[in-house]
Amino acid sequence: MEIKWYIFLSIALFCIGVIGALTRRNSIIVFMCIELMLNSVNLLLVAFSKMHVSAGGPAAFGAINSQIFVFFIMIVAAAEVSVGLAIIVMMYRNTKSIDINFLNRLKN
Amino acid sequence: MLTTQILFWFLSALAIIAAIGVVSSKNPIYSVLWLIIVFFSISGFYVLMNAQFLAIVNLIVYAGAIMVLFTFVVMFINLNEHPEIPRNVYIKAAGLIAGLCLMIVLIGALSKSADNNTKLAIGTTVGLIKSLGNVLFNEYVVPFEISSILFLSAMVGAVIIGKREKEQAI
Repeated sequence: MEIKWYIFLSIALFCIGVIGALTRRNSIIVFMCIELMLNSVNLLLVAFSKMHVSAGGPAAFGAINSQIFVFFIMIVAAAEVSVGLAIIVMMYRNTKSIDINFLNRLKN
Repeated sequence: MLTTQILFWFLSALAIIAAIGVVSSKNPIYSVLWLIIVFFSISGFYVLMNAQFLAIVNLIVYAGAIMVLFTFVVMFINLNEHPEIPRNVYIKAAGLIAGLCLMIVLIGALSKSADNNTKLAIGTTVGLIKSLGNVLFNEYVVPFEISSILFLSAMVGAVIIGKREKEQAI
């Protein structure tokens, strides 16, 4: 496959995530859309790593590094999800709702 | 058409349909199930690109651990008591248009790129566990250990945030 199809697929997934984060009010679904965006970027990084392998030369050395980078992104995402869900549970306990519009009381 | 091309189109259609399902379903439980399908199809892409290690890690970490956490939280929060109030129609339309404009701009910017027709390598050993493990435990040992400290701090933080305060205990 050419690299452009992977680029277009990742852009489509990322933009679906953006649309979801902008149009929904349930904070759990907004959080899931953020996970979707993270995963589309991971997919694109792996595709670029395979592209550099086929380019050959010194660029091929970076291919392994980019896959390690995806691995570390996954680690950070897992830590982020655990803290974020704890925050959502605490927000539900305090406001009895998970609507993100209730969070604008931080504004004043 | 080659088998890889057929698999690519099948997996991308599955991923995009499931992603639209995540965004559009009313019940968060259905969103979680659609998101699991998205993660499985992304793991399929990793297998297609011969990155077995990342495919397994994606399945274990995302589809295994993170989605179980999401399901727990969705079950824990009683959503029937407080259904989601839909957003204003104008705000929804504005969000949709903004996302579509972002997509059009990105695709328009990248579709003229010079490297667009570079083919992906087939059957390399880059993504195998052996070669990735060699690099991970030789060059990236320190970040790997630091990530364990990150996990520890995230765990402590989640426990402290999630702990019920004394005056709230009923």
